[in-house]
Formats: sequence, C-alpha cells, structure tokens
Amino acid sequence: MKFAVKAWSNGRARAGLLQLGSCELETPALLLTTRKGLPVFISPDLLPSLPSPDSRLLQFSPLHFLDAISPKTMSEVGGLHQMLGLKDHIFVAVPRDSILSLPDYGSTNKMGASFETPCGRRMIKPAEYMQMVSSMKPNMWVTLADEVPAWVSEKRNKTSVDRTVRWLNDCITSNLATTSGGVVFGSIVGGSRVEERQRCAQEVARQNVSGYYIGGFGLGESMEERTSLLNAVTDILPEEKPRQISGLGLPEEVLQGVAAGVDLFDSAYIYHLTLGGFALVFHSEETRRPGSGDQLRDTSIDDTKINLKATVYRKDSSPIVEGCNCYTCQNHTKAYINHLFNVHEMLAQILLEIHNTHHYLGFFRSIRKAIKEGRFEQFREKFIRSRRDHIFDAAAVSA
Amino acid sequence: MALRFEILGRFNRARAAQLTLPHFVCQTPLFMPVGTQGTIKGLSNNQLEDIGCQIILGNTYHLALRPTSELIDEMGGLHKFMNWPRALLTDSGGFQMVSLLHLADITEKGVTFQSPVDGKPMLLTPEESIQIQNRIGADIIMALDDVVRTTITGPRIEEAMYRTLRWIDRCIAAHKRPHEQNLFGIVQGGLDPVLRDICVRGLVDRNLPGYAIGGLAGGEDKDSFWRVVAQCTAALPEDKPRYVMGVGYPLDIVVCSALGADMYDCVYPTRTARFGTALVPEGVLKLKHKAMADDTRPIDSTCECMVCKNYTRAYIHCLVTKDAMGSQLLSYHNLFYMMKLSRNLHSSIIEGRFPEFVCKFLQKMFPEGDVPEWVCNAMEVAGIDISSPNS
Repeated sequence: MKFAVKAWSNGRARAGLLQLGSCELETPALLLTTRKGLPVFISPDLLPSLPSPDSRLLQFSPLHFLDAISPKTMSEVGGLHQMLGLKDHIFVAVPRDSILSLPDYGSTNKMGASFETPCGRRMIKPAEYMQMVSSMKPNMWVTLADEVPAWVSEKRNKTSVDRTVRWLNDCITSNLATTSGGVVFGSIVGGSRVEERQRCAQEVARQNVSGYYIGGFGLGESMEERTSLLNAVTDILPEEKPRQISGLGLPEEVLQGVAAGVDLFDSAYIYHLTLGGFALVFHSEETRRPGSGDQLRDTSIDDTKINLKATVYRKDSSPIVEGCNCYTCQNHTKAYINHLFNVHEMLAQILLEIHNTHHYLGFFRSIRKAIKEGRFEQFREKFIRSRRDHIFDAAAVSA
Repeated sequence: MALRFEILGRFNRARAAQLTLPHFVCQTPLFMPVGTQGTIKGLSNNQLEDIGCQIILGNTYHLALRPTSELIDEMGGLHKFMNWPRALLTDSGGFQMVSLLHLADITEKGVTFQSPVDGKPMLLTPEESIQIQNRIGADIIMALDDVVRTTITGPRIEEAMYRTLRWIDRCIAAHKRPHEQNLFGIVQGGLDPVLRDICVRGLVDRNLPGYAIGGLAGGEDKDSFWRVVAQCTAALPEDKPRYVMGVGYPLDIVVCSALGADMYDCVYPTRTARFGTALVPEGVLKLKHKAMADDTRPIDSTCECMVCKNYTRAYIHCLVTKDAMGSQLLSYHNLFYMMKLSRNLHSSIIEGRFPEFVCKFLQKMFPEGDVPEWVCNAMEVAGIDISSPNS
C-alpha cells in the first residue's frame, strides 16, 4: 500500500492518493457498505456501472461470515476476492458494521469483543479474528477494538483503551498477520474523553501499522463534542499515514471528519435512505440541482432527498436527478420506482441503492475538488447552510 | 394482425421459428418469464437482456390494481413505463382473479369478484379485460376465457368451453388496436378431447394471430396433460404460434416442443429461486441444503452465466433465504437456464439435431434411464426415438 497527501485546505483537511492492489484511489473516499461482501442490493454485474475507481472500495465485517462460510472453505476458494468474484475490488475488513455487526460493549470482556449479529450475540477473540482475516485475505484490515459509546464510566473507557492496544498487539504479532497478505490499520478508541483518546492515539502511533482506524464514534457522542475528540486524535497521528473512521455517515458528519483530517469513511446513510425509499438529490458541484427550483415545497421534499414512495411521484416521468449518469436515472423514471415501492418489489431498492451510491460518491468527489482548490471550509459552510435553508423556506410557506 | 410467424426448421411436429412482434423479433420455442407487477423480481432490464429474455409476461390483474391501466396508458404504455425495449405479453386477468380471490365467480357477463381494495363487488367482462390490455399496450394480449381447473369434472367444463367461444367474439369486438397488439384465443375444454376439438375449431374460425392452450398446468396427471397438448397442436394451424400457458418445468417444455408448441410461461424458475432452488441439467439443486455449505463448485459447471462463472454453491448457500442477493443471483441463473434451454431447442431443430438434443437432455435428467412413462409415450407420438443411449 502507498499513501501520500497531495493537498491541504484550511488546516487539517487533506486530499490524498491511496494505492492498494491495482487501484489508485483519491481520498477522502467512501467505503461502500456490503453484506457478506456484496452490496446489499446492487448485484455484482451492475457494480461496474458505478463510477470507478471510487466504487471499488468495499467495507465488510468478517462477522457476516459467521455461520455462513467456514474459514476452511474460505481458504479453499482462495479468499474473499475469489469467493465474491470481485477480483479487482478493494476489501477492507472492519469487525464493526453499523447495520449488522454492532459492538456490544456490555458483553465484551478481556477475552474478546462482543457484537450483536444476525446470528445473535457473538464474541470474537483476537486469535479467531486473525483466523478469519487470514482466510479471507482482504486488502486491508483493522485490528480488533473495544468500541464503547460516549456514556460509559471513566473506568470502562480506560479499560477499552488498554484492551484495544493489547489486542492490536495480539493481532499484529500473530503469525497469521503475515499470511493474510493485507495491510493493517491500528485501531484507536477512547470514547468521549480527550485524554484517553490522546493516550490511545499515542500508543497506536508507536506501532508498526500502515494506517489508523478511529473507532468508537457514531455511538452516542454529540456532533458538538466530536470535533475536539477527533482533532485530539488526528493531531497526534503521523500525517503521512491514512486515517479511517466508522460511524460518521451523514454528509455533515463526513464533512466534520474531513475537517479533522480523516481520509476514509464508511456510511450506513445510503442503506437507510434506500430502505426508506429516499433518493439523494442534494446539490454538490458534482451533481446537478433537480429540475425546477419552483417545485412545491411539501414535506416529501427537502433539498437533500426525495421520498419516492410519495404519491406526488406517481406520474412523474422524469429521472430522480436530471443529468445524473447512474444506471437508474439513465433508464428509469420516478413514476416507475414509485410503482415498484408501492408493490414492494425488490427492484425498487436495487435501483435506489445504485442512484444513492452514485450520488454520494459524487459528493465525495466534490469534497476532494474543494480541498484541492483550497476552499474546503467554504464548501463545507455552504453545504450545511443550503441543507438548512429549506427549513426556513418551509416555515415561510406555511406561515 | 401485428405479427409474422416464419418456420425456419422442423423435426416432425417440432418447429423452430422466427416470431416478429411489434417490439422484438423472437426465436421460438421460447420461454417467457413472468414479471407480474411490471418487473421480474430482483432483476434489471439490462440483466434480462443479457440473459436473453425476449418476451416478458405482465399480469393484467395486478397492473390494473397498481398502478392502474389508466396510469400506464398515460405514461405511454407498459413498455415505456418499464423501459423494456423488447416484447411484452399480458394475460386477461381472469385466471388470477379466480385463483387469488375469495368469492370470485364466473357468469355469462364476466368474472365477478370482490375488490381487494375495498370489498366492493366488481365485474371483469371480456370487454373490460381487452380495454385494460389495450391501455397497457403489450405486443400480445390474451382473450378472457372461462378457465376451469382440469381436476374438475362434469358439465362445468362444457359450459366453460362454450362460454370461452362466446367471449372470444366479445374480445375481438372490443379490441381497439389489432394492428399493434395480437389477440390470442385460448383453447379450453378440460381433458375432454371432444370439447377441446370443438373449441379449437371455433377459435380457428375466428382467424386469430395466435392460439394458446389453456386450462392445463393445474394439477392434472401428466399423462392427460401431454395428450391434450398433442391433440391441440395437431389441430391448430401450422402457420401460427402456439402458446402453452403455465408451463413450466424444463422437462415439460421439451416434451411440448417436441409435440409442436412454441411458447411457454411460468413463475416456476423465479419462484423456486426465491426458495433456494437452482435449475440444473440433472434437475434441481437445493442450495439450502446443509451439504452445500462447503461445496466449492459452481451451481452448474456447464453453465456460462455470471452466477456460475463467479460463485460457489457455498456462497449462494449462505445467502439464500437470508439475503435479497441470494434470490437475485439464483433468479438470474434460473432464467439464464430457461433461456439457454429455449435457445437450444430453437437451434437444435434448425440444425437438424433435435432428437439428439432431446436424448441428451433426458439422459442428464434420468441417468439411470428411468424416463417417466408419460414422457416416453409423448415422445413416441412426437416421433422421437429416445430408447438408445447416446454416445
């Protein structure tokens, strides 16, 4: 793996170039959510229709494969890339996944980390985790961490840091670490205590890892307190190694993370939008504003997203976003997708996940462009303001 | 008439043809997947094109309910609404009503039923069915028939057959777009050869663009099934397509093609996919089975579809019944299998190797040589020698 920072903007925000496998990716970048390695809805032969190489970065949790594929079978097939028929994609292993593998800090103990999974509550010890990683051979994997929410006691928080550092050591010194062939990111926790965050970051920065996974966010801390915690970590970490984070999924949260110097993000945003029938339409420079600006301001529309289940779209023969190059907008209308949702057809979510992924990847592209042009803070402020403007408009209309 | 049917090759009763419809030029024999509500569950249009689907079936009953035929018409027809560039076929809505609804009843006027939306009594007449299908705009539309299950006996069958003939005239009269949409008549008559004969002659008299053999695929024994198909294909005109409704299993399709049928539809391939079952040359493969968990072979090593080229049984096993992706991938494979079967039937007839194809097909499915008696009997009538093992 090779990583280099290419540009800075307004302090900590940076644009970089990450080389992993045969892929050269620009950061900040989005890791796509998967279930058992494949997108939740987009079938693998439709993946190439998404922008490349942006869409080649896939995040997965090895825990999805518990009770699914044994490490033995996984090894026999030759690892995840072979098992999933996605040889040119970049797989990043993170035990935590905001949808199907939620850290269960109450059950985690000194033996291992506990997660709520579709197979019930499962505990993973460092040795077991390394066995999974070595059989799956992801391009990148993060060390096992004890991620705790913001409200735990000081004692519990401190323990999570000690444990995470110890497990990091267990993982990287395991002899399976070399056989996995992948790049390792050291995990950093510390909850909502700045000193613990700093302590953990210092410990991990000393380790022989290729990058950093900042865990424990998106677990109950407020957006306001997050900035100082993030900065406390990134200020300590070496600049030339990439930083990944979990749990900062919303556009505003991504912007917050970028401002703090984070390079890689996973997000459950697309998943939740898709399930709810929402399509992203917000304007960033990479994506055009939807058709008429004088569209009715009703509760089914804000400038971010539209709810395709709403009856207002029953006869709308326009694409979700005019000018969008995704498969969905090039081939289908809002009316058709509205119908598919009404009759509970799977194709609705497939089409929507394609569009939402395409759109969100465009958002990340805008971020990178803004950083490279030295105007990230303006970009961020403008974006947040435009998202809130519709609230004032709606209030004005109803007054 | 809005189609052209050109026979390009034969073997005894079997024919391979080119069926030119307003939206697409098709090769028969062909299988039509069922896209009940304007979509084949979980598959996108470009996947369906990749698989080789030529005609997709839409269910009039479901579409009339949601989003309504008026809306579809306003949006420019179902082709435009779905953005499906190839051919479409809609059924009349009658069968769905009778099979899906409580208190559905058939009178001379039409099918009376309780609206599933508000329980109001409603009536689907032949005229209404055709009007709905005119609005939907499919290349082929089906007459409203009085369909009776073949497991029923007695005077009801005769009543239904004659009513079907009376209704075809009402359908023809109501059809407003005969130059863009082909109205197929449906042969009824249960398992009674006399009734079937009367119905065939009655429909042929109306000189329709194509004919369907209805009322089968509903639980009758296989021996009766093939005999009805054989009788109808022998009596229906040579130069028009013959569509056996609700068929089905690959074996049934091979037999019916040998007997001279051209078109088929069934929910089986896609429905069975959602239950974790894959179609393979040997029959079926149940991916849910524990033994699949460590099986690193593809579903079918002879299949060139994207699923078999990329995935192991073990992986599909861990998806089926748990993740939507499992249904998607299996539906993809199963439909690919059916379209490959269609292509093989067509090309083997044209290339003069149909009997060999049939023999190989049966050999794979019945390696012990235990071909069911009904298949043997049907093949004898079709003039295909399946007795000797093929090298």
